[in-house]
Amino acid sequence: MGTDMSGASILDIQNLAVEIPTDSSTLRAVRNISLELKRGQTLGIVGESGSGKSMTALALMNLLPPAAKRSAACINFDGADLTHATEQELASKIRGQRIGMIFQEPMTSLNPVYSIGRQLRETMTLHRKVSDADAQKRAIYLLEKVGLPDPASRLKQYPHELSGGQRQRVMIAMALMNEPELLIADEPTTALDVTIQAQILHLLQDLQKEFGMSMILITHDLGVVSRAADQIAVMYAGDIVESGKTADVLKNPRHPYTQGLLECIPGYQGAARKRLGAIPGIVPSMTGRISGCAFASRCPRAADVCKTDTPPTRELHPGRYFVCHEPEANAVEKAGAPDLAGVHARPFSGQPVLTVENVSIRFSVRRGLFGKRRPLQALDNVSLTLNKGEVLALVGESGCGKTTLTRSIMGLQQPDTGSVTLNGRHIGQLPPMERARMIQPIFQDPYSSLNPRKTIGEIITKPLAVHKLGARQEQREKARRMMELVGLPLRVFNSYPDQLSGGQRQRAAIARALVLNPEVIICDEPTSALDVSVQAQILNLLLDLRDELDLTYLFVTHDLSVVQHMADRVAVMYLGEIVECGNRDQVMSAPKHPYTHALMNSALSISPGESIPDPGLSGDFPNPMNRPSGCPFHPRCPIANQQCREQAPGPEIIDNTLVQCWKAKTAGSQLKS
Amino acid sequence: MTTNQAINESGLTPTTAVQEDNSLGLSPTMAALKRARSHYGLKIGLGILLVMAIFALFAPWLAPHDPYMQNLPMRMLPPVWGEGGQWQYLLGTDHLGRDYLSRLIYGARISMTIGIGAATVGMIIGVTLGLIAGYYGGWLDQAVNFLVTCQLAVPSLLLIMALVFVIGQSVTVVIFVIGATHWVFYLVVTRSATLRLREMDFVAAAHAMGCSKFQIAVKEVLPNLANQIMVIFTLEVAVAILNEATLSFLGLGIPSPIPSWGLMIAEGKQAMFFQPWLVVLPGIALFVLVIAINLLGDGVRDVTVTNRRN
Amino acid sequence: MLTFILRRGLMAILVALTVSFGTFALFHYATDPAQTIAGEDAPQEMVDEIRKQYGFDRPAAVQYFDWLGSALTGDFGESYFWKQPVVQLIVDHAPVTITLALASLCVTVLIALPLGISAALKPNSWVDRFALSTAVSAQAIPNFWLGLMLIILLAVTFPIFPVSGDATWRHFVLPSLVLGASSVPAVMRLTRTGLLDVLSSDYIRTARAKGFTGYRLIVQQAMRNALLPIVSVLAVQLGNKLGGSVVTESVFSMNGLGRLAVESIFNSDIPTVQSLILIFVLTFVLLTLAADLINAWLDPRIRMG
Repeated sequence: MGTDMSGASILDIQNLAVEIPTDSSTLRAVRNISLELKRGQTLGIVGESGSGKSMTALALMNLLPPAAKRSAACINFDGADLTHATEQELASKIRGQRIGMIFQEPMTSLNPVYSIGRQLRETMTLHRKVSDADAQKRAIYLLEKVGLPDPASRLKQYPHELSGGQRQRVMIAMALMNEPELLIADEPTTALDVTIQAQILHLLQDLQKEFGMSMILITHDLGVVSRAADQIAVMYAGDIVESGKTADVLKNPRHPYTQGLLECIPGYQGAARKRLGAIPGIVPSMTGRISGCAFASRCPRAADVCKTDTPPTRELHPGRYFVCHEPEANAVEKAGAPDLAGVHARPFSGQPVLTVENVSIRFSVRRGLFGKRRPLQALDNVSLTLNKGEVLALVGESGCGKTTLTRSIMGLQQPDTGSVTLNGRHIGQLPPMERARMIQPIFQDPYSSLNPRKTIGEIITKPLAVHKLGARQEQREKARRMMELVGLPLRVFNSYPDQLSGGQRQRAAIARALVLNPEVIICDEPTSALDVSVQAQILNLLLDLRDELDLTYLFVTHDLSVVQHMADRVAVMYLGEIVECGNRDQVMSAPKHPYTHALMNSALSISPGESIPDPGLSGDFPNPMNRPSGCPFHPRCPIANQQCREQAPGPEIIDNTLVQCWKAKTAGSQLKS
Repeated sequence: MTTNQAINESGLTPTTAVQEDNSLGLSPTMAALKRARSHYGLKIGLGILLVMAIFALFAPWLAPHDPYMQNLPMRMLPPVWGEGGQWQYLLGTDHLGRDYLSRLIYGARISMTIGIGAATVGMIIGVTLGLIAGYYGGWLDQAVNFLVTCQLAVPSLLLIMALVFVIGQSVTVVIFVIGATHWVFYLVVTRSATLRLREMDFVAAAHAMGCSKFQIAVKEVLPNLANQIMVIFTLEVAVAILNEATLSFLGLGIPSPIPSWGLMIAEGKQAMFFQPWLVVLPGIALFVLVIAINLLGDGVRDVTVTNRRN
Repeated sequence: MLTFILRRGLMAILVALTVSFGTFALFHYATDPAQTIAGEDAPQEMVDEIRKQYGFDRPAAVQYFDWLGSALTGDFGESYFWKQPVVQLIVDHAPVTITLALASLCVTVLIALPLGISAALKPNSWVDRFALSTAVSAQAIPNFWLGLMLIILLAVTFPIFPVSGDATWRHFVLPSLVLGASSVPAVMRLTRTGLLDVLSSDYIRTARAKGFTGYRLIVQQAMRNALLPIVSVLAVQLGNKLGGSVVTESVFSMNGLGRLAVESIFNSDIPTVQSLILIFVLTFVLLTLAADLINAWLDPRIRMG
């Protein structure tokens, strides 16, 4: 979009469009966007799923799927014309040589049948006349740079021998083999855990400075982009709706979509428990032409002209654009803004409804028919209390035992030792039917939690039918009331899950969980599969329902901004143990366990101008099959000593917070310095 | 195919993209029917199959002659377009003077009965074992897997022949023997689909609402397998029909004088250098029937497989 | 790697034992070998005498292990019908079947792989459509009938090849075509979908982003992954061809193991049928084992278990 006076541009895109012909119509994934990137800078492209951001990235080097068609007035990369370059020219001169690329899925992005070494070396030998030995040297050098210990022996390994974080490091090293001038990172950390995400982003930032690269960072995470990007472009429905300097756009958003998006982020505007702003409706159809503004159907300020005319691109000042009919659009004076007043703050009785006492679960995992059985300690002496009416957040990285814990709480997994009691009754001895009326789950993926062969009505009435509560007609009546309660339109009663959007599906799942009037709801990452604008709707709904129905939530999540927004208390898990548990503010602002500390450090809130913090953890999340001796966290702990390596610490209560750490009393001050 | 892949890669599923907040997409059945209407293979297959099914069902009324009636003076008549053909015997007669068209029409009956019968027997065995292996897992799964390995290792035609020979030749025996040796495909697909479905959250939700394992397997998992099982069923019908024809051709299937197409080819083989139609006609009938079933099966698969997430 | 081979080998032995026991039990309980040897009209005393002489009156398990014990030493007993050692029969008939199976595998590979690969490289093109319709048709043609048609066309109407027999290489042309055609649909479809899957995978996108394109992309990046399912299916098909030779050898009157099996069944020649099934199973198991080993060599994930 035009030119800025300062700095030379390395990439200039004019009117890029990507279309995918389908059987009946054409899917317009990217609609005539223009972008500019200056040498040495980072451009963040943000958008929700389906906004066309990844297609934009793939279109630059024409890596689109075969059916997709790309068109552009100009794609100028440092003097090279990428618009008219042939496949052969792109492959031999640009891809992997001058522009490197990292993808979202580290688990599948490396060729499984070739060694890491071969995949690194060939990137270089393909483009340059270098010997294998020289390429090997470069590979070792880069693996060291990206923080993989013992790089020479890594080269002989195969992708499946590495963890997700390690593979993403290899991907980065691979992209850097030929010292590219531009690095495109497409959601490079979305598939990774929080602490690993921070490590990788931190690494990318360092490498960019060291090698003087320019970077395009594609992400859905405004927190990531706020810290990592100099420039930002916000995409919606295949179009760039707003762009400019990161701090400027995020602090002073002009487009109603950007404004709405920022209001959806828990903890960004206003205090915890305030209703989040939510963008109503869903993204419009990407097939065919959109008349008027693509956002008009969801825009709180849409006027008649928005529905008919294409909005103009307005230049606020050089390098700062937004696309809207309203010239003086401003976040402060918006009409019909969501109600920010409804603060959810409510005393709770504090009576424990659910108690987990010293629960341990050990699986024995066997590989193949004749493989050796190996123990896996999924839960190690876990104790937890859930009080009536509260929201207890359970936080931890994948593989830490969260799922096993929730399964044992729901009585779906018998603990080896210890007990789970629900309202004073042992859960293992409760008949399944009775248990079901006390405790119900809500799951992460709304595409997997509803049976695709059943209608929404059948799904919501199913628990009543299983429990034989009321006549058929009463059951349907109750289901309808539930649908109203969770904000599902009644006309979807006879629809199938496939016909609903992700948000609607999650509402149906909530209705099913509530129809038996349970006291306790286990929310297992209920919003992590949803876009941020839908997440806001669901979080609002969950807090409303809690007030209305007097519910108690165990809220499993990895998203610390959601924890900040939802939780009264927080429990942090690491390798099957609860390492810290206490009031939200205490745990989050003054963590006592070094792991909690690192976790909080890795949380990337929206803070333009701040850099990506180094979580200060060494290494990866260990394989639960090889549990470290002593304190399970010691191999990654920055302050571990001899005692930590040899003896496992027991739980200890300090300032009303439960901690399992030898150095809990001093950790806070030690880690800050 | 590629278009779908492209859309999947773009992260834009047409269903989510097409949906407006206030207008719902089609229900799965309606969507499948809509796709079916523009699927040529499926329509052709279904059309041919319907015609042949009508002939098979109404054979006594549609066949011009009794298929068993021998008329030795009229033996080895060529079809009506051949030299010496007679309108009375449209497709000629065989070595015993039986009307070839009538035998072909009745043969459709035999083929379809055996195809559907054997595919049903195989389905019952395979789906049950697949559900058990996939849903209950553990040693049951390993036992079933071992059974599959054994079944695959045996040369199935030889086994079928030996079984038929030992038990005795009849339509029922052929149905059960072919069915009992063609369940692996059902099992493999049922098992892997069940393994995938077992991990789905709606199964966990059913557990959490107090359903028993058996209830879940039958009421939650099984309905999701229906489409895939239907596709395999059609393809297995075709396989069973070909198997029966082969068996009868080798003389170890349907006993004479029942008009099985395979048997007719075997009988015609003696005279095939001079009266090739005796071999050509039943072969064409087999080919058309089997290709129609396969087109239908492939079509049903194309039409019911959706672009669903996961 | 060694444990992998051992594990797979153990499995193979287990399968062979189970199947051979199954066939043994089948014949043991369903037929009366003494009656067979004596003949249909033999007097009861003679049948009883034979039963005793051959040891058919012993418990089934004893007889099975007796037979198995001899089989392990290479003694498969004597044919009731041909009255000569089964081993001799098998050695006499095996070359025809082995030649036929290998030749037809070549036919399959030469047709199915090029078709499947070109279909996958240009999906929805005319090559793709041609390949798919070939597969659909080939799947629907009764194999024995295809043989008869080829005989009528290429041996009688245009006498290019002999009608039947197995004396010269010319005798093997038509049977190999017929038997080879039967595996084309399966192998072609698998090649096509396998390669399509690989080509749409994330790592191929990575390779393209690294600068790979054209034949380098296919040969240096995609081929090895795409080969894995093809190796498995070829092993299975080669195994099936041994069983499939039953039909082809009958149609073309070739003196191979398949025809031997059919005739043995017709004559209740239990030792021969049983030994043949054991041989077929063992061959199949060994072939799949070999395929697994090749795949383990190709794919580190299998190799490292």
